[in-house]
Amino acid sequence: MSTPSDGSEESSPATFGLYEGEFGPGEVPPEYEQEAHVEEHRTTLQRIGRTLRRDRLALAGAVVVLVFLLLALFAPYVAPHGPDQTFGFMKAPLTESVGDFDGDGTTETVTHYLGTDSFGHDILTRIIYGARVSMLVALATVGVAFTVGTTLGIVAGFYGGWIDSVIMRYVDFQWAFPEIILGVAIIALMGGLGVVNVVLAIGIAFIDDFARIIRGEVLSIREEEYVTAARAVGMADLRIMFKEMLPNAVAPLIVQATLMLPLAILAEASLSFLGLGVKPTTPTWGLLISDGRQFISQAPWISVMPGLAIMLVVLAFNTLGDGLRDAFDISETEVE
Amino acid sequence: MWRYIVKRVGHALFVMWLVATTVFFGLRAIPGGPVRTMLGQEATPEAVASLRADLGLDRPLTVQYVDFLTDLLTLDLGRSITSSEQVGSIVAQAAPKTFAIAGVGVALGLAVAIPAGVIGATRRNEPADYAATVAAFLGISMPAFFVGILLAIVFGVYLDWLPIVGYTSISEGVRPWFESVILPAVAVGLPYAAGVTRMMRSSLIETLNEGYMRTALAKGVDSRVRLYKHALQNALIPVVTVAGIQLALVLGGSVTVELVFSIQGLGRVLVNSILERNYPVTQIAILLISGVFVFMNLLVDIAYTAIDPRIRIGGEGA
Repeated sequence: MSTPSDGSEESSPATFGLYEGEFGPGEVPPEYEQEAHVEEHRTTLQRIGRTLRRDRLALAGAVVVLVFLLLALFAPYVAPHGPDQTFGFMKAPLTESVGDFDGDGTTETVTHYLGTDSFGHDILTRIIYGARVSMLVALATVGVAFTVGTTLGIVAGFYGGWIDSVIMRYVDFQWAFPEIILGVAIIALMGGLGVVNVVLAIGIAFIDDFARIIRGEVLSIREEEYVTAARAVGMADLRIMFKEMLPNAVAPLIVQATLMLPLAILAEASLSFLGLGVKPTTPTWGLLISDGRQFISQAPWISVMPGLAIMLVVLAFNTLGDGLRDAFDISETEVE
Repeated sequence: MWRYIVKRVGHALFVMWLVATTVFFGLRAIPGGPVRTMLGQEATPEAVASLRADLGLDRPLTVQYVDFLTDLLTLDLGRSITSSEQVGSIVAQAAPKTFAIAGVGVALGLAVAIPAGVIGATRRNEPADYAATVAAFLGISMPAFFVGILLAIVFGVYLDWLPIVGYTSISEGVRPWFESVILPAVAVGLPYAAGVTRMMRSSLIETLNEGYMRTALAKGVDSRVRLYKHALQNALIPVVTVAGIQLALVLGGSVTVELVFSIQGLGRVLVNSILERNYPVTQIAILLISGVFVFMNLLVDIAYTAIDPRIRIGGEGA
């Protein structure tokens, strides 16, 4: 199990070795000095920036993610039509609807780049509006899981003893469950549909992943000198945990969060597809696929187009997450 | 080794008890109680009282809890609210379908994933590796139900080779059964295979770099023996973990895939019972799916003892 700092520590002596013998005691080759300097002060943000500059695939992922975020944010301005505006039914992609759609008494021709669904909604428009739900739910769920999971994990790792046992027993218990089943069960217990319920259901289902990772990190840094120092000067436990330890354990959490976002998107789409997601009238990718399911012989594009959207955004998050994982030198066995 | 297995079985039973308890108290903690939700807000107080009495909800919570656990142990699962059918028989009809889909899916997934991972690791950076890596990456990025829909469009609608609606029991012949199960099984198996392939590849690459592999090479061990005995056996340990954890993906996937292919499996039963607020069915469906999952994890843990001698000899660990 390697910690994120391993990479930098290993690289410095190797560089030094090259120059061994050429410099007297106390003298350090200028390249080495600079290298060490950079390595020491590279912050999390700088590492992310460096990954994006070096790893083309991760950069492409980041760009796609950004595009979807912007689409979600500015849906009403970007979408060609209103989400509930109706045109001809089940129009194939790149076909046109002709009629008076804006109510001004003249006839217009409207091109449907991705076709229309069984209600006559423009699919491109529904997908753009669907991105809102997907992105919002994904960010909110990972936010919930991150907050609760990190708190549980840091408390468990910091205090140890029976507190650790109780928390980790619970985490193990949850770890043993299919996330989507857990989500469905939580929806059943909450007895209602809606964005908040979906966020809570998926968020709770993801808590264990964060708790496990942060606990491991906390255990490995608990005995570090700066923690002992913080205790010695009488710092409060809460402050040590969240101000001293958390910032030093944040890298694997960021990687994990990036890898959880696509899972959250898939989970939301699955719940929507099952009819257990947000309100049935809200445009979401899962619902769109579910509506198209009955028409796969006449109009396969209704299901295929939003499915491709899910695939694209999940793929983008995964390439970004993989790139970051490599950048922070976290082994694949540690996260996921 | 036996101590280890007994410990694991005990742990699994404990987890199941915890699930049962959570489901029991969770369903009773719903605001207004399940009766209110089942009958709707307009229900008369008499109707509420009579359904509460029917379901035994008017008795003290501790009595209900003990009854609930005894009923579970004696497999007296109660009746569905919407059809007054025995919950046991509903579940008994649905379960084989889900198990068939999941079982065939996992078998196919492993049959593809392990060789693909080995090829990826042994022919690193060759075209075969790239193909396997890209395919695996696409696989983890598609929800099972979308894979199912694509398969249905290609093999059901376009090529018209396979049925895309319903499930044929194996008693009506192996071939029709297999034809009805293969598409949903591939749909749940593909994301599973993708995850396992990635793990197999990275684990084997790590193992191939170990010192003992160099020692084996230096001793002049045959390359096949090196790969299959020295490397693969060690590389498989983390793969078994992932293959076990990812079973969740298969069971979760089958819930959505059953809807794609209109199969009345456990997933459909669970989801419909939630939508109909049919709580007696919901709680048993959740318990059964959890039970299957806990049991599968138990099997995976026991499988460790076969491949990891440290557990077999040490008795503790992992």
